[in-house]
Amino acid sequence: MQIGFVGGLVLLILIFIITARTNLEAQGMTSGFGFLNRATGWGVNFSLIEFTTSDTYLKVIWVGILNSMFLGAIALTIATFLGTLVGIMRVSGNKMAELIGTTFVEIFRNLPLLLQLFFWYSLLTSLPKPKQGISIFDVAFISGRGFYLPGLNVSGGYVFVVFLILVATISLALWLRMAKRFKRIPEVRKTLITRMLWLGFVVLTVVIFWLGRIPDTPLLNIPYLKGLNFRDGIRVSPELLACIIAISLYGAAYIGEIVRAGFNSVSKGQGEAGHALGLSPWQNFSRIKLPLAIRAVMPTLINQYVWLFKATTIGIAIGFVDFFMVISTSINQSGQTLELIAILMGGFLIINYSMAWVLNCVNDAIKLKGNQLRT
Amino acid sequence: MAKTYVEPTLIDRIRADYFSSRMDTAMTTVFGALALWVIYNLVSWGIVNAVWSAENRDLCAHGSGGACWGVIDSRWRLILFGLYPYEEQWRSALACLAIVLVGGLSCVPYFWNAKRITTLWLAGFATFYVLMRGGYFGLTTVFEQNWGGLSLTIFIFAATSLLGMPLAIIFALLRRSELPVIAKTMGIIIDTIRSLPLLSIMFTFAIVLPFVLPDWLTGDKLYRVIVGYALFFACYQAEIIRGGMQALPAGQEEAAKALGMGYWHRIGYIVLPQAFRNALPPTINQFVITFKETSLVAIIGFFEVVKSGDAAFGNAEWNFAHVEVYSFVALIYFVFVFALSRYGAYLERRLAVAER
Repeated sequence: MQIGFVGGLVLLILIFIITARTNLEAQGMTSGFGFLNRATGWGVNFSLIEFTTSDTYLKVIWVGILNSMFLGAIALTIATFLGTLVGIMRVSGNKMAELIGTTFVEIFRNLPLLLQLFFWYSLLTSLPKPKQGISIFDVAFISGRGFYLPGLNVSGGYVFVVFLILVATISLALWLRMAKRFKRIPEVRKTLITRMLWLGFVVLTVVIFWLGRIPDTPLLNIPYLKGLNFRDGIRVSPELLACIIAISLYGAAYIGEIVRAGFNSVSKGQGEAGHALGLSPWQNFSRIKLPLAIRAVMPTLINQYVWLFKATTIGIAIGFVDFFMVISTSINQSGQTLELIAILMGGFLIINYSMAWVLNCVNDAIKLKGNQLRT
Repeated sequence: MAKTYVEPTLIDRIRADYFSSRMDTAMTTVFGALALWVIYNLVSWGIVNAVWSAENRDLCAHGSGGACWGVIDSRWRLILFGLYPYEEQWRSALACLAIVLVGGLSCVPYFWNAKRITTLWLAGFATFYVLMRGGYFGLTTVFEQNWGGLSLTIFIFAATSLLGMPLAIIFALLRRSELPVIAKTMGIIIDTIRSLPLLSIMFTFAIVLPFVLPDWLTGDKLYRVIVGYALFFACYQAEIIRGGMQALPAGQEEAAKALGMGYWHRIGYIVLPQAFRNALPPTINQFVITFKETSLVAIIGFFEVVKSGDAAFGNAEWNFAHVEVYSFVALIYFVFVFALSRYGAYLERRLAVAER
């Protein structure tokens, strides 16, 4: 029976491949991955790395993946903070806060993400034209063509390096706090080492920015109105902004529910014990309830993150250049449907599995071991 | 002497809920002010200053500062029915009503067994399909390209559930099979599909299937997308059912085996009914998500309700009224989804009582 099952599957796949072959040959199409080295001939309107129309398909796919991860990182971070806030509001014991939290969750969780995305996008693009744009202290501007923020005249690669160093610093500091092997080091020295780490980060950042600055320009780059549009500064496009707002709010509603469930799972006795020991409500919350709740919600949260990351694909609906959009445009332009779909699926499998793997490692590191959870 | 219990008055309760400590009072004040501000603005925009009928559209243009519900007044047919022929739209409405009725009936405990619920849904879906497509009973045929709006959304939802549910049961059974190769292979298939975005699966089925299938099997794009969606639904639902099965004590199946019941009897009479009961809350949740995510087909070019709403303000006459149209579409979704999720919460409470 097992042989039959697996044999049937293999047969099915073989039939697919054979019909695909004949169909492709009938239409006179080529197959293979050679097209990846061809120039695309089209540009993208948002990219974290330099991209021109003469760059290859391989590079455009990389641009798409980077954009997806960029959007995912921002949206998931905001969603986590907002969701935790909403979750805490709903268990705070204050009826007014609970009411607002509940309304938030019910509204943003019960409407399709796509509808929310369209809504925010239409709202953002109907903001006034650049000429009538809203100015914030003359350094940042809000308009229907996007938000213009002051930036630094530093080339992209260097910014990325600084970002990597930031991540490394944070993880080093956390590792120092958490890892068992540093348990013997006294608290004072730990604080000192952490401070040294951050000092090192600041120094390195300044040095890198100095090295990476674009010559003959001031370091700070402030947008200004010239003609019909703004010049300089960092432009945050309405597409990106709408994606961030929609995914953050939608995600926050779900994460809020998860966080609430986490707090409810912390047994009442734990809080009462803390109270009896004379901890203040804040200490009780931050030292007892929050850590226990975080541990309880971690597995559900991991699923939610993977799921939300998959949701970033809807950016295509309003023209945000993400992984999916790049693949879909490439299919239209090059006709290499099967290969590009394979890349799309493979890409998502790799991204999702690695994300789940990293988060599971975090979960393993912080979860309570052995019989600590016994109630 | 023991104090007698005094029923708390309304004022006592309000004090306990909203003003029990200084911190509490501060929070109530801040959040209350925020809520009042939002409600005030919403009411003045949506009701007090709103323009209600399509005739005085000019009022909106002159900036009454309120919502322009006139757009709904003039375009609601487009939002609800899409490109469906104007004279036949009563059929589309009736079809939607049929499915809503079936949905309502399946909430009644009388229908809670496999035979009745299957008959109910098959009959409801057949009614829907005949009404929508026509071709029988003297109804003119309306092809799938002209379907749209709410009825298309409901069609995709109903077809996906109807196709996905049996598939999910098969997947779950295969996943729990005692033959390791079958269980492992099924596990890999389920996990792979679950880690792909729904949109990419719909897209694949819409674009790639014509390549890998012989021509006579290709079918309309709509049906291919539905099959893709059903597959995705089945993979998630299979894991939910599997969870429900795992919650059963192993002794039940062993006892059935000892009584000499065959595989199908064990599954059909003992395992599945209880598994469904265990998995009811997440199943309802899955239906809610499925209904919401039907909106994704808008991206691959179907005029379901979100996309029809998009089209409703897409002409020069109403191009300023996007917020109103989206609010209207949002309200439609909200009614469906909120009703479904409240029903889920009610079931959860009911089950909790039964467990005690």
